[in-house]
Amino acid sequence: MLVPGVEIPHLCAQCDDYPCVKSCPVDALSISDKTSAVLVDKEKCISCGKCVDACPGQVPFMHPESKKAVICDLCDGDPECVKTCQKANFDALSLVKEPQVGFGGPSHKLFARKPEEITKDVAYNLYGDIAEELI
Amino acid sequence: MPRGYAGKFLDVNLSTDKIGEQIFGDEILRGYVGGRGLAAKILWDRLGAEWKTVDPLGPENIFTAFTGPMTGIYPGARVCVSGKSPLSNGILGSTCSGEFPVELKCAGYDGVIVTGKASSPVYILITDGRCEIRDASKIWGKEAFEMTKILTKEVREELQRRNPNESNTEPGSIYCGPAGESMVRNAAVMQKIAHAAGYGGYGAVMGSKNLKAIVSKGTKPMPDVMSPNTVNLLRDRVEDGILTTRDRMRRWGTGYGGWEVAARSSSEPVRNWQDEWHDERSFGGDRFDTKYWVKRYWSDFNCITACLKLAVIKTGPLKGAITDNPDYELQAFLGPNLGIFDPGKCIYLSSLVDHLGFSGINSANTFAFAAELYQRGILTKEDLGFELEWGDVAAFEALARKIVAREGIGDILAEGTYRAALKITKMKGVDVMPYAVHVKGIETGAHGTRSGLDMNPIGYACSVQGGDHTSRALDAYSDMQTTYHDSAVYCSFCGIDPDIIWEFHRAVTGWDVTKEDWYTTLGPRIIQIQRAAELVGGPDVTWDPRKDDDNPPRYYEPLPSGPQKGKTTDRAVVAERRKEYYKAIGWDENGIPTAEVLNKLGLESVDKELKKLRK
Repeated sequence: MLVPGVEIPHLCAQCDDYPCVKSCPVDALSISDKTSAVLVDKEKCISCGKCVDACPGQVPFMHPESKKAVICDLCDGDPECVKTCQKANFDALSLVKEPQVGFGGPSHKLFARKPEEITKDVAYNLYGDIAEELI
Repeated sequence: MPRGYAGKFLDVNLSTDKIGEQIFGDEILRGYVGGRGLAAKILWDRLGAEWKTVDPLGPENIFTAFTGPMTGIYPGARVCVSGKSPLSNGILGSTCSGEFPVELKCAGYDGVIVTGKASSPVYILITDGRCEIRDASKIWGKEAFEMTKILTKEVREELQRRNPNESNTEPGSIYCGPAGESMVRNAAVMQKIAHAAGYGGYGAVMGSKNLKAIVSKGTKPMPDVMSPNTVNLLRDRVEDGILTTRDRMRRWGTGYGGWEVAARSSSEPVRNWQDEWHDERSFGGDRFDTKYWVKRYWSDFNCITACLKLAVIKTGPLKGAITDNPDYELQAFLGPNLGIFDPGKCIYLSSLVDHLGFSGINSANTFAFAAELYQRGILTKEDLGFELEWGDVAAFEALARKIVAREGIGDILAEGTYRAALKITKMKGVDVMPYAVHVKGIETGAHGTRSGLDMNPIGYACSVQGGDHTSRALDAYSDMQTTYHDSAVYCSFCGIDPDIIWEFHRAVTGWDVTKEDWYTTLGPRIIQIQRAAELVGGPDVTWDPRKDDDNPPRYYEPLPSGPQKGKTTDRAVVAERRKEYYKAIGWDENGIPTAEVLNKLGLESVDKELKKLRK
């Protein structure tokens, strides 16, 4: 919970500055050219947990068995979570098709929203004027 | 008696206070169904011979509010208002959702025809088999919230007096806001504070008749349908279809278009259509959701789509504004089109235009037109009284209020984009027509043609409803389905499967009207009448199809940015497609319906009037 009372699930939003990638002491994290998602090199990962702390939404976690960092890699552009959500007709997750590429800069993240941003909005919606103090 | 109809129409003359009942024969109802179709028929029958001289804002104009046989039975109940449009001088069918049409049918009437002009502000109260003209001086000039409170209280007290043993719940009403009262040409007929029948400017027609509202409360059951079991079965199928295929529509309303239309198909208006693409991350459907929506999946009577959302601003300087959604059109027009990329500001302006009774689409086009003239230095601070920068909410609010009060420049802008452009061109000696985005007086919807990925190039240009984005021309059959939505009067977003609709129509009315009948005879008849009215036009403005069946000049400028940069609407393609459309729908090379086609459709009176135009 980033703000008390605002308990909402967060997914990796592929931040512009990638704090998780920057925090990694052994360069185990890299950025996919295809999807802009964060890729974990399991061989290099030393299970230090710095990426978990660095993430504003605490999205990465340690795999319970291998103890290596797990970060959403967008399933190589075809996320399974979205498929399930759509199949169940909840439609809470949806895949936004990219604008055609080739007009300057990556377009992958046009609609991605950071956890802090979403939490702040929801806090304003829930608490109105006093949200400012809680954030 | 035909099924699905209450059977009677009210004919109210406000000049003489005479209230009559009109019953239309089966042949007319079968042919024109109701709503837009029947309105076109009645308007042409009564005014067709002197159409050119009828002032849309004069007492001789007729205002109609019709339901259709499917209203209240098919999901998405709506009411269709019509008359001679003060914007296009033709006939448009304009619909908005709410409980008014259902209450009206339950009160025993299918529609209201209003003629004449009252000497002082009045409203019409319709209850079971009874109609009354009442004084509206208490609610005249009031904004939506206050007006609705006073009106509802007054009507409920009256109902309580009449039937002390009934529960007398809230009545349904359509009304015009302050914009309609001061006859702003793009004023809407409003329902339930935020629902507007915007295209056509019929709020101004109500205002011109000193008619503030029409209120109805019915306690009788809905009219019978021909085969109730079939209707039940079909309703299940329609509802299943909506639930399984419309999840995005249900979750986001039309607001999800903000993602698709702006970023992917580059057709969202930005700064009076100077651009149609933006990469502003702070704007789009979900930005409204998390911060402002307090109620989702909400609907009017009988609708399972439930695409309405309730947006409230809870904090900050704009605190307190409440509105529906806003839907995609208003997100676009009161957002990027005014240079606003903050959802909160968009909600605030959306709430403002609702309360003032503007048509959000049409008036926002006019606001943006004024802002572009300011940007180009044609309108100055002296003209406006304030600075009108892109994205300045306070300035746009001041402008809206100035237009309603018809002060200074507001008086000119109140005439709609096209007429304002004519006046400003004259006043300033600069041609401002290239900045006016309208098709035959009707400002266009938020779907540009330039990228080629959204609206087809003749969608607005050849439509009998001008810039209406819901009734688009493509081929001879394209606008028939929407004509049916507006004539049987239900929400077009619920019309998912065209085949079920015709089965539905048969099950409700018992008439064996097939899709072919509608697409080849009945639908075209309505289109031809609307076309004739549009072409005859007058008294202040007439349209020449050779130059006015075209997109606004802005649509031919290349897109300045985004993935579709450089693309534009091709004049040659438009000319060719227009020619094909004319041929398919039975218009000659000048865009005038041919005598042969009109006679085949049984529209001799239309042919007689158009003879004067064919030279």
